[in-house]
Amino acid sequence: MDLAIEAILSALLVIGGIFAVIGSYGLLKLRQTMQRLHAPTKASTIGVGTTLIVSMIYFPVFEGQFSWQELLITLFLFLTAPITANFIAKAQMHSRMTRDDLPPTGLGNDWATFDEDENAPPTRR
Amino acid sequence: MLKRLFPHPVLSVLLVIVWLMLVNGFKIGSLVMALILAIVIPILTAPYWPNRPPLRQIPAFTRYLLLVMWDILVANIQVAKIILFMPADRIQSAWIPVPIDLKSPEAITLLAGTITMTPGTLTADMSACGTVLLIHSLHAPDPDAIRDDIKARYETRLKRIFE
Repeated sequence: MDLAIEAILSALLVIGGIFAVIGSYGLLKLRQTMQRLHAPTKASTIGVGTTLIVSMIYFPVFEGQFSWQELLITLFLFLTAPITANFIAKAQMHSRMTRDDLPPTGLGNDWATFDEDENAPPTRR
Repeated sequence: MLKRLFPHPVLSVLLVIVWLMLVNGFKIGSLVMALILAIVIPILTAPYWPNRPPLRQIPAFTRYLLLVMWDILVANIQVAKIILFMPADRIQSAWIPVPIDLKSPEAITLLAGTITMTPGTLTADMSACGTVLLIHSLHAPDPDAIRDDIKARYETRLKRIFE
């Protein structure tokens, strides 16, 4: 029984590791900065996720103590990952791109990063 | 009295749970510390929540979280496939403007976060008036389909939860 659980957990760890490597490989392979942003925000979520799941199962089963902290790591990861990605995208838009690289908003005012109209109505964010 | 002490009960409960998880065990001392945090933090952050939405639809919200988790799993595999097997010059990245009907800032934040975590899409910016999201898609042969998918899959559900 222990062997079966260990085998499953090891398999999960290896799968997670493979995904983490793919995420890093994506950084090398993709060519535009915006494309590179996709690789680490996604392909590595599964890498971290499986590692945390394994840790959450391993310690109660083999060491007899349950740990809540893995759930917290997941929570914090899901809260921070989108914000990090958004900040990197914004920095990229400010420093390397011009307004013409983006599609129109189809509205009276522009994307928040490029909007410079001081008479615009108060923004709602 | 109770209402003055806990102006934001959901946040207070969440803070107690998170603190006890952080301590990783239950002791009276950590419960006291958790209660102090649960009282102080909502008061300090109150200015940032001018009109917080009541979270009534907890079952619907749970279903939404499960859906998003499943989509994250699928997204990981899809993105991994694109990275491994698609030649770099055949990846068609695209910027997609997505008009949104959601009004509450919390719902829009959640939608933007969901988009970033799920299949090959990333929220980059929003229009100055807050009604259009700018999304970058890793591989989008058909940008309109992605836009419609986001609106149908996530936005309608969030609309039901928050509005």
